[in-house]
Amino acid sequence: MKNLPLLFLGIFFCLAFSWTGLILSSEIQYGGLKPIALEEGETPQPQAIVGEAQQGRLIYIDQGCLYCHSQQVRRKGYGADWERGWGDRQTVPRDYILQPRVLLGTSRTGPDLMTIGQRQPSTEWHYLHLYNPDITSKGSIMPPFRYLFETREIGDAPSPDALIFPDDYAYERPPAGYEIVPTERARQLVAYLLSLKVDYELPESRFAE
Amino acid sequence: MSPLLSFFSSIDPKARPGIPVKVQLSEIDESMRTPSILFLSAAVCWLVIGSFFALVASIKLHSPDFLANVEWLTFGRARSAHLNAMAFGWANNAIFAVSLWIMARLCKTAVRHGGLLIIAGIFWNIGVTIGVIGILTGGLTSVEWLEMPPQVAPILAFSYILIGVWGVIAFRFRQLGHVYVSQWYILAALFWFPWLYIIAQTMIFIEPARGTVQAITNWWFAHNVLGLWFTPVGLGAIYYFLPKVLGRPIYSYYLSVLGFWSLALFYNWAGVHHLIGGPIPVWLISAGIVASVMMVIPVIVTAINHHFTAVGNARATWASPTLRFIVFGAMSYTLASLFGSGMALRDVNVVTHFTQFTVGHAHHGVYAFFTMVMYGSIYFMMPRMLNREWPSAALIKTHFWCCAIGIGIMLVGLHVGGWIQGMMMNELTPDGNPKYTFLEVVHALVPWLFSRSVSGVLLTIGHIAFFVHFFWMLAGPKISRYREGPTLLLDSIRGEGKAG
Repeated sequence: MKNLPLLFLGIFFCLAFSWTGLILSSEIQYGGLKPIALEEGETPQPQAIVGEAQQGRLIYIDQGCLYCHSQQVRRKGYGADWERGWGDRQTVPRDYILQPRVLLGTSRTGPDLMTIGQRQPSTEWHYLHLYNPDITSKGSIMPPFRYLFETREIGDAPSPDALIFPDDYAYERPPAGYEIVPTERARQLVAYLLSLKVDYELPESRFAE
Repeated sequence: MSPLLSFFSSIDPKARPGIPVKVQLSEIDESMRTPSILFLSAAVCWLVIGSFFALVASIKLHSPDFLANVEWLTFGRARSAHLNAMAFGWANNAIFAVSLWIMARLCKTAVRHGGLLIIAGIFWNIGVTIGVIGILTGGLTSVEWLEMPPQVAPILAFSYILIGVWGVIAFRFRQLGHVYVSQWYILAALFWFPWLYIIAQTMIFIEPARGTVQAITNWWFAHNVLGLWFTPVGLGAIYYFLPKVLGRPIYSYYLSVLGFWSLALFYNWAGVHHLIGGPIPVWLISAGIVASVMMVIPVIVTAINHHFTAVGNARATWASPTLRFIVFGAMSYTLASLFGSGMALRDVNVVTHFTQFTVGHAHHGVYAFFTMVMYGSIYFMMPRMLNREWPSAALIKTHFWCCAIGIGIMLVGLHVGGWIQGMMMNELTPDGNPKYTFLEVVHALVPWLFSRSVSGVLLTIGHIAFFVHFFWMLAGPKISRYREGPTLLLDSIRGEGKAG
């Protein structure tokens, strides 16, 4: 190959072509999506998460939960997402427009979490599961996040958040007079997990039958 | 003469007729010596550091209580530290050394002002170190292939530009004549990488795109790091070393042109296949699938070209450390790419997506192809830059066999395990309920994850052998066995002295 301007142009054009085709065109196609209400008077969906849950998303990000947990539900009939109860409908681009960082994920070493707030609404369950996943999910290979909890002396009254371990896991119990409670970070993370819900319909994605 | 002009004329090595090519090449090797050795030393250190994180992450996945209470080594951080140490530490440093060296040789230009290259290289490695520490201490971004805290991006981008520009300068001042296929690949890669990196940083961190456009940008970048950065440099190295060591020309010029342009055109679009079934427009996914399948063209064309160049030289190939690694890499490239095209089909992807199959496939490309080719290249470059031979054939054999068997176990384990995982996830009973609970799928997967740790131990042994050998050669006494010839892996060939 001796025509060097052609070589340079080709190198440039190939990447520019894919950038235009994949990124620029999708930005044009749906970069302007807005929350929408199914019927007049209803709250437009989706809504942004706020407060503790918003802080919890940062914990979810810096702990790298995404590397085992996806947040996307595929359509009924493609994979078994629907049958596993991971969502009543397929998730669509509009579901993600208010997330500052999209956490779709590409691995399901653990289950999908798009609707975990609906499937496991119990705070206690999440605390125990984070502290030692084996307690709530026998045989789980999820890492324990004990460092998101602290062992402290019981004050005037036991904390309502203190973990209560079943007898099979008595070895996790703190010494008498002490209790294990979630730190701020654990509380934020669980608030985030509980906020993960797809309990609304969108015009382009209705609940599947 | 203005300072700028005198700078440009000082880096322009005028063609010097009358000086034998061998002497010119040796001067070029000499000029590249310090920067290349710096990049390679950093690369080999990162290789060992990355292996440590890989082992930790791999063991944690089947024995979650291992180091469970060390926050900075939690699975998500350890695997990300592994990926970034390997991709930006090992692979990029190796690419800088190998691609700039090949470029300088093919352009017949010695590098002037190599000091700038060294400073940029130091800054690159400082950037990667800060990035990996950042991942471990809470700066993990959870954006695949861009896990380092975005604050290090400017350091990496600027030092990259100071490094990559030398390839372009060498090309600009090349001695006239034919431009060889390796030069196209390397030149293109040197342009593509910074472009990909800067756009991805901008559209994900600086001015984040809205919604799932981020995910598309993410996979456009992440897949193209493989396709437009690792792959072209790997192929460029194969195209350079295969004919060079065997002493015969590449089989077909036209096939190499076809292979280059079809790769440049199709690989770009393939990244979206990581989002099949996901919340993005279906036409984008279809485009990604078409491009992934079209990748069969450059892969087959390149495979034919390499095969007919090497065919009939099995013995020389097996005896030369360079070729043993490079042919292993070239064959893996063909296989990994064909697997990749297959995995993009919707019916296959519904099984393999979200499973360990994808992880296995990533290692097939980045390790069995790219990393093996880089090993082979380093085995060729080091003796020519240092004017001494590799001290030990046994260490090269240890390196080769640990890596070949190790990656073999990993590929079988993750592909088979991942396929089982995917089938079990999707299988339904006749009344339409999942046949296996999620924890049953996990339980079935654990032995396969364990096999990955076994492969990880083997690979780490191989890497340590390479590390020891590399620094032994660098620091040890000068072993110039020019009478015996180069270090080869078959005793009977020693002395013929052709291969190396």
